[in-house]
Amino acid sequence: MRETKMSSHLAGGRLNVALLQETMRTELLNLLQQYSGPKVTIWDDWLAGPVGLVAQYSFLKDHEVNNMFLLKPGSLPNITVKHIIFISRPKLSLMDLVADYILSIRAKQTAPVEFHLFFVPRKSELCKVHLTNRGVVSNMTIEEFKCDIIPFESDVMSLELQNDFRENYIEGDTSCIYNAAQALRTIQQFYGIVPRVFGKGQAAKQVWDLLCRLNKEEQGSGNKGAPTSCIDQLLLLDRAVDFTSVMATQLTYEGLIDEIYRIKSGTATFPGQKFVGPDDPNPEETAREKKHVILNSSEELFAEIRDSDFTEIGAALSKKARIIKTQLDERHKDKSVQEIKHFVSRLPQLLANKQSLVTHTAIAEYIKEKTDSFDFHDKIQCEEDFLNCIDSEKICPYIEDLIAQKEPLTKVLRLICLQCATGSGLKPKILEYYKRELVQTYGLKTWLSICNLEKCGLLKTQQGTRQYTVLRKALHLTTDDSDANDKDKSYLSSKYTPLTVRLSEHIAKNKGWSGIQDVLGLLPGPTVDELQTLQPRMTRRHSGSSENSSSIENPRVVLVFFIGGCTYHEISVLRTISQQEDSVVEFVILTTKIINGTTFIESLMELD
Amino acid sequence: MSALLTADWFQLDTYYRKFDLYTMNWMMDEGLENMIVSGAPYGGPMAVVRDRKQFVQIKTTTKPVITIYNCSGNVISKILWNSGVLLHIGWSDGEQLLCIQESGDVLIYDMFGAYQKTFNMGQEVRDTKVCKAQLFPNPHGIGLAVITTTNRMFLVSNVSEPKARPVPDIPRANEPISCWCAVNSSFIVCRDKEIYKCQLGESRAILLRPEIKNPYTQILSIVASQNGKHIAFFTDSGFLWIGSSDLRNNYCELDTDYIKQPKEFMWCGSQAVAAHWDDTLCMYGTKGNSVAYPYDGPFHLIQEMDCIRIVSEMTHELVQKVPFVVEKIFRINSTAPGSYLVEASKQFQKRSHRADEYIRLVKPDLSAAVADCIDAAAFEFSPDVQKMLIRAAQFGKCFLMDPVITELYVKTCRWLRVLNAVRDPKVAIPLTSMQMRNLGERILLDRLIWRRLHCLAGHIASYLQLKDGRTRVLSHWACYKVTQPHLDNESAAREIGEKLRNVPGISYTTIAMKAAEKGRKALAIKILEYEAHSKLQVPLLLSLGEGPTALLKATASGDTDLVYVVLLHLKEKMGKHDFELTIRSFPLAHALYIKYCASHNREALRLVYVQEDDFQGQAATHICDAIEQTNPGSAEASLISARECYKKGKNELGASVCEDARKLCKQQSSLQETYGTSFVGLSLHDTVKKLLDQGEVRLADKLRSEYKMPDRRYWWLRILKLAEKSNWEELDKFSKSKKSPVGYEPFVDACLKYNKADEALKYLPRCRDEIKIKYYVKAGYYAEAAEVAYEQKDEAGLHFVQNKCPMQDFDNQAKISGLLEQLKIKK
Repeated sequence: MRETKMSSHLAGGRLNVALLQETMRTELLNLLQQYSGPKVTIWDDWLAGPVGLVAQYSFLKDHEVNNMFLLKPGSLPNITVKHIIFISRPKLSLMDLVADYILSIRAKQTAPVEFHLFFVPRKSELCKVHLTNRGVVSNMTIEEFKCDIIPFESDVMSLELQNDFRENYIEGDTSCIYNAAQALRTIQQFYGIVPRVFGKGQAAKQVWDLLCRLNKEEQGSGNKGAPTSCIDQLLLLDRAVDFTSVMATQLTYEGLIDEIYRIKSGTATFPGQKFVGPDDPNPEETAREKKHVILNSSEELFAEIRDSDFTEIGAALSKKARIIKTQLDERHKDKSVQEIKHFVSRLPQLLANKQSLVTHTAIAEYIKEKTDSFDFHDKIQCEEDFLNCIDSEKICPYIEDLIAQKEPLTKVLRLICLQCATGSGLKPKILEYYKRELVQTYGLKTWLSICNLEKCGLLKTQQGTRQYTVLRKALHLTTDDSDANDKDKSYLSSKYTPLTVRLSEHIAKNKGWSGIQDVLGLLPGPTVDELQTLQPRMTRRHSGSSENSSSIENPRVVLVFFIGGCTYHEISVLRTISQQEDSVVEFVILTTKIINGTTFIESLMELD
Repeated sequence: MSALLTADWFQLDTYYRKFDLYTMNWMMDEGLENMIVSGAPYGGPMAVVRDRKQFVQIKTTTKPVITIYNCSGNVISKILWNSGVLLHIGWSDGEQLLCIQESGDVLIYDMFGAYQKTFNMGQEVRDTKVCKAQLFPNPHGIGLAVITTTNRMFLVSNVSEPKARPVPDIPRANEPISCWCAVNSSFIVCRDKEIYKCQLGESRAILLRPEIKNPYTQILSIVASQNGKHIAFFTDSGFLWIGSSDLRNNYCELDTDYIKQPKEFMWCGSQAVAAHWDDTLCMYGTKGNSVAYPYDGPFHLIQEMDCIRIVSEMTHELVQKVPFVVEKIFRINSTAPGSYLVEASKQFQKRSHRADEYIRLVKPDLSAAVADCIDAAAFEFSPDVQKMLIRAAQFGKCFLMDPVITELYVKTCRWLRVLNAVRDPKVAIPLTSMQMRNLGERILLDRLIWRRLHCLAGHIASYLQLKDGRTRVLSHWACYKVTQPHLDNESAAREIGEKLRNVPGISYTTIAMKAAEKGRKALAIKILEYEAHSKLQVPLLLSLGEGPTALLKATASGDTDLVYVVLLHLKEKMGKHDFELTIRSFPLAHALYIKYCASHNREALRLVYVQEDDFQGQAATHICDAIEQTNPGSAEASLISARECYKKGKNELGASVCEDARKLCKQQSSLQETYGTSFVGLSLHDTVKKLLDQGEVRLADKLRSEYKMPDRRYWWLRILKLAEKSNWEELDKFSKSKKSPVGYEPFVDACLKYNKADEALKYLPRCRDEIKIKYYVKAGYYAEAAEVAYEQKDEAGLHFVQNKCPMQDFDNQAKISGLLEQLKIKK
């Protein structure tokens, strides 16, 4: 749980994302306040992080939540307070844990304990039935904590669904489609109907259809939501449309932190060594302990550098160091009382900046160690070759070497999937060779994982056209060094620009698909291009306001919804486009989860 | 005309008026005289039953029949009374007929005579029998008070949540009670001269001692006003005592000239009392004025909150206090501005110039005059008078610019139209404007719905622009429709569908539930078709036994939770075969079932795959088995099954992978025996590695060739293994055994892995030219790397070396710079 105070990182965007946080926090508070007296919450492991972004531990503590535990098998803390509140997703395995726990407490304890269960984000009949069968439902209150969208930044929101892509594409379980459609309903309730909707891919179409259906179901049931539209366009993107962008290693600062240290719910964990300061009282302690760093834009320095290519970080950090140094050195100059007062008032901010500079310098050093290694360099070289369609038609010796050295399976699979994505499939012979190699080296279980990857289209055999080659040219996915000087360079964090970003950019620029229809044909799944009817009342108001506000100073807001997850790289590039001076668009990102190639592959592998 | 208007006025303390509402259509065969008439308040229906205390010649049946009439005397329904002794009948505020029996059971019927439910007043009441019962209004709703034959008293505050509670007994409880009434959750009980108050929740009855001037021996009747604030009683000396309900204040005491108990005795509003003696209606004001109306036939009184109604064989009349604004305008010689405005308007219509004179008279108070006219119109029953007043208001309004008045005007006109519509003899709900205000629009709508006047209710809802009013009316209509047995399912469903289309917020589930209750399953299913909310629709479909339809709807809704609910329900209810056949046609349901099985029961999962001829799926389950098995024999068996499945599924690679795995498993099991360490479960790669570990190079070689392990990987394995064992001589020998299929870079890498840069040096020259520089740098031989680059004339390479070479290494840095210079010169 995080301890930060109010959420400055959510403010400042065109969309008031803090509103979401506020509403959900109030809802949780209302639920908690139903039960007076001290409480203990037991969290579904997966939810603890994301919900922590909505309501911090300190906040819960202020409302008589004495202690928090994670819902895990076996571990049974003895709790003596009156109210025990489970906060869980509606999953049967979790319900079993809840039931086990309640039964064991009942057997042990005589003091009256009241149990409550909050389902996130909605109640499930199935789970209720299951709990009834386990005989624990009778004296337990069941509530619904409708927290389906987790705000990360002023322009990033996530549903934080676990394994959504796997469920949809491997298991045929469309729960994530339903969740996504419900989330869009929530969004539209908060921010108004989005008049223009685009989409690409099977899942995008499914979400859109379901959204229409849900809207129809709820028709006339009172809840009209926000009267004006804050979002101009919605772009639904199925992850299956673009695997390449996931598989390629992210080279932005934030992307690399995620690739190497993994960012979980906005927090990354680093080894302690480099965080030992010169005046640390016990340096060994610090070095041994893991260092948790909260990464969001409330930290000025991080907001500045997070989206930059890592190669620019060194320069940025030293520039910042110089600025801070001059600012701090000002105190030595002769000053009037007034000036000193001014300086002192700025001091906390300066010290915070200094601290964050120290932190990020340490992080950058860790990353640099990694990126300077030959291994890393070779991997990036290999990826770049694939992205530029060099040698992607034959067995890659680098991959062979990796297999021979039994490098981590995810690393190997990621490269093979990248080769497959950029080659628009692998030649049957090559695919077979890789498969055999993998099974021989990593064992039979790998075979099942490979089957999964094939099922969702990450591995496939080549058929006819090389879509990627066409797309690369048509959408300028890669830039050669020769034409690196054009204005694209300013936001490119690597030589590759994600396909999803190019699609979003096109939608934003041309207000539609027009111009790239033939390119869309190369991508899998249907295309969505719809108008959402506004209620008459709303149309009037909206058109009234847009007449005088459609000028340049008020850029259009485009909500890009990644169904199946998106990477920090994609977020960074979209954000950079929004931040460009002549930008007429502001992207807001909604995703089912923030992923990277490794976590993505892991979620698709055969489970233990 | 205004002279006529006051013709039905009479004066008590203030003006009262008595006027006809309806001409009664009823046929009183048995004579109204011998009947008990109980009318529901707010112009509700009237229940009429023969008074069993009176002796009459029985003409039809001996069993009592309760006839329910509307206010214009049309029969709504008849109830043939079959239960025990009927003691009292009355109405709830939901216009349901409450029939209180001697046993304390209260049977509830709707106005159409349909039995609804029963409650009773508790065991003690049942044992001792009810002697007297009374319904009384109170803030909680309609209450019921009973006195048993043993003079115990019980009270229910609200008949819709019946909970009988006793009130304290009066002293010497067994002596007979002369009269009583219930007020504000207490009983006022009179025994001879004494008056007791028995309050709910108190422990004892309180003796009240009102100041009664005129001597008497017994109190014959006592009655409380509708709001519970006033009370009136009648003594056997013929005096009527009127005062506050705590009996502390006496408003007046007057001589009625009657000395027998009145047949009916009740308050008219809160400032007058009406009493019914024989064929005379007497009205008494609280200040002691009285008026008597003789009737030439029997009649009955019905209590309302602000008036009373009088039903006789021929007419239905209403007596009320003349509302103040009406009085102001129509009183003879009135000088109120409203009065002048009415006159002005009249003159205006006559096109007389005097209109101007009158309007000048009111000019200063014009807005008050207009407001008065509007208000007065609201109180009037006659449309002509309403029109006159509204016209006057409209005329006056022309001289004003007041949005409040306009609003009031529009609202009143709208309400008047509704009031007139419901007062129409066909509907016969004679509501006063006050009653209407008290009821509210929603309840008015409900009352129309209860009368099944859906069409009118619908029109009123739309006319008054009530939120969701139409929805409510139409839902009720549909619920009623499905209970009508003569309609066939097809047309009923179609009619409902057509009527309700485009009406937001209709719950088809409720309608379908109603149909299902009435045993019309087929109709229920048809109606459910219209339901948009799958969450509501699906459970009902399931309970109706429509499994496949429920599954269809659930899958279409996208709500996986709902699909699961249906799946588990069906799994329990259907035969296994049927179940599988059913879910087969729903891909989502099928997928979810497979997922459910996968997490619960692999055997069931496999069966599904077998059923579906999904060989890949079957094979996968076998492979999972094989991986979990520790016993090599059973693992082999599972792998054979998997292989067969892949063969059937034409997945050759899969089959061969399984076959290889099986063979490997077999070999591993024998290796396990030979070496005594565990092999089973290792991959081929790891098996070979382990063999190399054991020094079994030949065996490793054999396995490698048997499974066609690529040279490249085998070499890598050998190199890494030798390096791991620090067997540098062997490594060197191995490098020279034949030309390396992997090149010599892995040798360098392997050496570097164990920090043996000097060993690496042996292999560096043999690295491929294009990456030689990189490898020299990797091994830390910057000078050599620089030289190679120089030889290759690779300027970029040299720069690379320069970059990689640590700054502190001055010698090398200098050397590299020198070489760079030379290279440039050469060019």
